[in-house]
Amino acid sequence: MSEVRYSQEHEWVKLEGDTATIGITHYAQEQLGDVVFVDLPEVGKKVEKGKELATVESVKAASEVYAPLSGEVVEVNSTLSETPATVNEDALGAGWFAKLKVSDKSQFGSLMDEAAYKKYVEGLH
Amino acid sequence: MSTPTQFQAAPMQGERRVRTISGNKGLQIEEPLIFEQGMKGRSGVDLPAVPQHKDRLGALKRKGEIGLPGLSEPQVVRHYTKLSQKNYAIDMGVYPLGSCTMKHNPRLNEKMARLPGIGDLHPMQPISTVQGALELIDQLAHWLKTLTNMPAVAMSPAAGAHGELCGIMTIRAALLARGDARKRILVPESAHGTNPATAAACGYEVDPVPADDRGRVDLAAFKAKLGPDVAGTMITNPNTCGLFENDIIDIADAIHGVGGYFYCDGANFNAIVGRVRPGDLGIDAMHINLHKTFSTPHGGGGPGSGPVVLSAALAPYAPVPYVVHGPNGFALVERGEQAFGRLKGFHGQMGMFVRALAYMMSHGSDGLRQASGDAVLNANYILAGLKDEMTPAFPGTCMHEALFNDEFLEGTDVTTLDFAKAMIDEGYHPMTMYFPLVVHGALLMEPTETESRDGLDRYVEVVKGLAKRAKAGDAAYFKGAPYHTPRRRLDETLAARQPVLRWKPEAPKKAAE
Repeated sequence: MSEVRYSQEHEWVKLEGDTATIGITHYAQEQLGDVVFVDLPEVGKKVEKGKELATVESVKAASEVYAPLSGEVVEVNSTLSETPATVNEDALGAGWFAKLKVSDKSQFGSLMDEAAYKKYVEGLH
Repeated sequence: MSTPTQFQAAPMQGERRVRTISGNKGLQIEEPLIFEQGMKGRSGVDLPAVPQHKDRLGALKRKGEIGLPGLSEPQVVRHYTKLSQKNYAIDMGVYPLGSCTMKHNPRLNEKMARLPGIGDLHPMQPISTVQGALELIDQLAHWLKTLTNMPAVAMSPAAGAHGELCGIMTIRAALLARGDARKRILVPESAHGTNPATAAACGYEVDPVPADDRGRVDLAAFKAKLGPDVAGTMITNPNTCGLFENDIIDIADAIHGVGGYFYCDGANFNAIVGRVRPGDLGIDAMHINLHKTFSTPHGGGGPGSGPVVLSAALAPYAPVPYVVHGPNGFALVERGEQAFGRLKGFHGQMGMFVRALAYMMSHGSDGLRQASGDAVLNANYILAGLKDEMTPAFPGTCMHEALFNDEFLEGTDVTTLDFAKAMIDEGYHPMTMYFPLVVHGALLMEPTETESRDGLDRYVEVVKGLAKRAKAGDAAYFKGAPYHTPRRRLDETLAARQPVLRWKPEAPKKAAE
């Protein structure tokens, strides 16, 4: 069974085998407001944990999406270029950003599980 | 919500709805695009017929119509006059756009810039005929260096971000000259967006530094990020939260300790002129927005200008050209041995130099010192007037701008954006919103020194009234605002997702490009 974990920068990761699907959380899209542009990485790009993976621009601000794990980009959700609103409508599903071939699966364990992330978000208020 | 082409009268509760036949509302007159007006063949000038000639354009010849509307002179004059009347301007009222410093542009500056001996100059004139202009640049440079206690200044940058580019390119040139290419630049999370953009444009990796609970750079986090690969840091002081970075000398010592340089974003220099000299704080480079600190026009009113003062370590790498005293009077140095290059054609924004110097000379040193003091006093007056109804982002007094978060709106369903729209109806330009990003739902207000006490009292009364209205549960009112503008709430999301960048005729003409 796949498991979803969360980063402090409000990304979610779903790990299936050694492939990680990455997006931003519902809380993140809520804080950003209407997303108007998504800049996705190129397939084949190697990213390091904590470094910039993508950029998301809303009516309020432009923000970086950081890679919660190190790996190589194997697929991106190119539909977001045409319909960035998907990030607002379904942040945890159809609004995913990219898939990574993970180089170090142990990094996944250091991310927050759902309960811990929920607590973390509550602490921000 | 109205569509862009639909005109709506503003139905107000308890008020009789009065619709005009034309759709106009008194002086608020509907105005179509200039391309939607006019008539083919109509013209404001009587042009002679094109004489017989041999066409040598060949394949370059235009194939379709040029597509300009046919208009008479009064039509054109009325069109642009009506558009200008839909504008809000600093000449109309308070313009509290925080971080932008929208201060009054004294008319004396304009008079000086229009003197024929200045206004009619051409940059290609022989140097011997523009000695006065060069002296003026030299004098302005002298006062910028004096006010900052810095030994050198690059005058050519055309605006703040251009000044940042100048500063970071100078730093890079200095590092490369000592064979020390470095990788990272530390930038606080509250920085103007242009800071990380500049660092990235110059090939550096941007390393964000968090803010602490006091809205200042987290000194411990800053020091933890230092290392031999750090080229420098870019810090705004006073920062974008309207607060003075108290640890600035420690920051300067720390960055110098690892061999890096200290770039200061001088966008908020207007708060400390005549009181703090950046050179005394250990700063290596800082741009000065003449259009903020020295009252030259700003935001569509005229070009910006962003001279960069430099420390002795960076001065040799400053861009050309610069003014020097030569054996035959003033001269322009067009080639410097170590200069990193040239940023701009000619010497910079001459018209802004004239205005800035006029401002300095008409104020004098005591006047400049009073202006920065009054700017800070006015911002604190607003902070004090609003702090009970709204929620200041940080405790204590502020510098030149007052920053609030949206906590006071919690549970009201009114957002910072809704609040700003309601301010438009009250006849005020909204404050800066959602910036700095480190403050939730930020509302950033900068009145500048040019607002009078009674003007500020009225402003505070209105904003306080809006805050009370929001808290009283009248969210629907805010969601519908603005009511009294030529257009109601615009769909900013749609405009960003599917921008219409160019007018196109309804019935397609043939290749009207």
